[in-house]
Amino acid sequence: VCIHRVRSCSSIRFIKSKYVCVFDKSALKFSHQQRLFRTSAVSCGQIVQFKLSDIGEGITEVTVKEWYIKEGDSVSQFDSICEVQSDKASVTITSRYDGIIRKLHYSIDDIAFVGKPLVDIEIDASKGVASEEDVVETPPMSHEEHTHQEIKGHKTLATPAVRRLAMENNIKLSEVVGTGKDNRILKEDILNYLAKQTGAILPPSPKAEIVPPHRRAEAVPAAAKDKAHKIPVPVSRPIAFEGKDKTVPVTGFQKAMVKTMSAALKIPHFGYSDEIDLTQLVQLREELKPLAEMRGVKLSFMPFFIKAASLGLLQYPILNASLDENCQNVTYKASHNIGVAMDTEQGLIVPNVKNVQVCSVFDIAVELNRLQSLGSAGQLGTSDLTGGTFTLSNIGTIGGTYAKPVILPPEVAIGALGKIQVLPRFNSKGEVFKAQIINVSWSADHRIIDGATMARFSNLWKSYLENPASMLLDLK
Amino acid sequence: MVLQSLKNCLWLPCVLRTPKACFWSTASGGLIIQSISNDVYQNLAVEDWIHDHMDLEKQQVLFLWRNSPAVVIGRHQNPWQECNLKLLRQKNIKLARRRSGGGTVYHDLGNINLTFFTTRKKYERMENLKLVVKALKALRPQLDVHVTDRYDILLDRQYKISGTAAKLGRTSAYHHCTLLCNADKFVLSSVLKSPFKGLKSNATPSVPALVKNLFEEDPSLTSEMLLDAIAKEYAVQHQIDHHITLINPADETLLPGISDKTKELQTWEWVYGKTPKFSISTCLNMVYKDSVLDVKVNMDVKHGRIEVCNIDLPEQWLPPGLYSELVKSLTGSKFCPNETTTLVTTLLRLCPQDDELHSRWSLLCENMIRLM
Repeated sequence: VCIHRVRSCSSIRFIKSKYVCVFDKSALKFSHQQRLFRTSAVSCGQIVQFKLSDIGEGITEVTVKEWYIKEGDSVSQFDSICEVQSDKASVTITSRYDGIIRKLHYSIDDIAFVGKPLVDIEIDASKGVASEEDVVETPPMSHEEHTHQEIKGHKTLATPAVRRLAMENNIKLSEVVGTGKDNRILKEDILNYLAKQTGAILPPSPKAEIVPPHRRAEAVPAAAKDKAHKIPVPVSRPIAFEGKDKTVPVTGFQKAMVKTMSAALKIPHFGYSDEIDLTQLVQLREELKPLAEMRGVKLSFMPFFIKAASLGLLQYPILNASLDENCQNVTYKASHNIGVAMDTEQGLIVPNVKNVQVCSVFDIAVELNRLQSLGSAGQLGTSDLTGGTFTLSNIGTIGGTYAKPVILPPEVAIGALGKIQVLPRFNSKGEVFKAQIINVSWSADHRIIDGATMARFSNLWKSYLENPASMLLDLK
Repeated sequence: MVLQSLKNCLWLPCVLRTPKACFWSTASGGLIIQSISNDVYQNLAVEDWIHDHMDLEKQQVLFLWRNSPAVVIGRHQNPWQECNLKLLRQKNIKLARRRSGGGTVYHDLGNINLTFFTTRKKYERMENLKLVVKALKALRPQLDVHVTDRYDILLDRQYKISGTAAKLGRTSAYHHCTLLCNADKFVLSSVLKSPFKGLKSNATPSVPALVKNLFEEDPSLTSEMLLDAIAKEYAVQHQIDHHITLINPADETLLPGISDKTKELQTWEWVYGKTPKFSISTCLNMVYKDSVLDVKVNMDVKHGRIEVCNIDLPEQWLPPGLYSELVKSLTGSKFCPNETTTLVTTLLRLCPQDDELHSRWSLLCENMIRLM
């Protein structure tokens, strides 16, 4: 048993009784001590040794498996301190005190002993302390609602300071929604509850400490003479914002993006955009969708876009090439391995469909289905993600019309497809009709590709898609 | 789905119509609930919820649940050490980490889970297991089942039919155990065998045991019968009605905050990131052209991320710049095949377009990824 004497600081105000508190088990009758600690004085912290309490079943030693805090961290009562394990049982040890961790007595995988000190905590002398047993912590003059912790089978967790605040404002803890850990009621929750009670109009702020105004905010703009139209002006009050910046290292997917995009920056990009009328293709796809479904394949527009691109690349092979590091040689790739940008939970990945030049539209659809399911399961292999020669990004499935895509090295061109919009257009007879319009934005490496080449490729690609029957002529 | 249990359970009108207050506050000393979901994460989340939110002072709770195929590792275990992750991914078997200690188990619908919730003071595992044995014997008196001092239940003195684990919090505690009724033993043994070599760790190891299904001993037994028998015994011992209340773990009104708990249990940070620090010391046997290369690999993994990485390649097999880029990228990354694949394929974009180089790179990286 540790006995510490509180150093009597001159500015401690005792509310009802004046006596020096001694941290002795017998003297710690909690119902009295609570009042003692209402003080606004500078705390005289003293170190308390928090011992590992009895685990039960006669267990005397446990293994420390994880620390949730480190030396120097501040903890509140009920915060988790560490996880220990004993014979198939995992035990969460929580703090009895509010304070600052000053020493950890064990490292991970050490054996800890019941009854021996686990951590040293420097406690704030002005704050309350939980007794050895889990006693209901409330001031003596509380109402029934405050002493009784259970709400119909639920426990309310709140530190003594929060309980005091609730009691001062005559709030039933059972009516406050806790937003802290383990649904603990925090000070902000009490303040929010109060704000709602007084009907204040408050600007939305997730973690702001809101000071409830005393009356409903009203304002009559000086210019408005008509009293029937009263526009309430939001009252601006200084908000104490308690959000903290969070710094995390760049790893994994993000690191990959950083590397790719930094390299891509070295490529001089130029852009070229156009509008495609997909009205005929939409109709064609509608007809072919059930056929594909019968074969167990989902048919989107992408297989058509990809195949048309490959047909275009046959005529303009420089778009399927690669420039070496020193810009000495251009390698014309024989295979059309067309990459498809995919958005996954972790970020952007670009698997590619191999050898599109010898694939039918259906083959491409099958392969896309395979890549998509592997992609969403996070199981794409290295061969799926390497060897790409040209890329299409269907950002339109999420939204957008025009884009400025970034070329993925070692490729030299990329196309971004916007969303399909139904827009009015003129047909050959000069009549307005409903057209299914999509926008494409190409980017290419201006070191080896010129605008004219890109434009001609785009026109060819566009003609295949606007008149799908023409694809039949050139299909290999 | 556990719909077969409906014929054994009585629906309390409370569950369907009235808010949670009515549902949770029964005036008796115990409550028996059963999950209608077979999702391991949802069911583990229910355990968390009851542990965090229910006051067990007045009534103790028995929670009955079954999962579709899943491997569940203990709080402080290492999934790479405990199971065949590749096989899990192939067979679409889920991997979950529970919050209680103990070893790794395989769950499927032929395995039932029982969780006994009490206050921290009333935590008593032996009593719970004796209850289960009593229930089994009441159902089939000829069954030779008994509780060992390691908290296992053995059939015929040699086959393990139940494993135990527990979680203790500040004021409440739970003890859960499995019971093998009719699980797929073939999948069980193949999935719980890790092919990993050269792993050094202080994570809790599992103790492999010979297992047998109760169904093999007595083919007339079904999971439903066992659940019912245990519920009946619990009801008798707690002097409550033999009612089993069905609960839906996706019901946010009944269990506020449950979807957050479910989500957390599925995050990579929880399932893999909570693995205690471990090190790998192994040798990749790479077949390249006509020779076999022995490449020693040493890695330290902390919080599921690669802290230190050393690959002992023959000199100049890869350009030194590229090798250091690889090590730099891997350091700090998740020890995860998906993340590593993305990183290495990205790096490939940035190096010279040389077929020989590409094939060496792919060979090395595929071997590295196979470790994860």
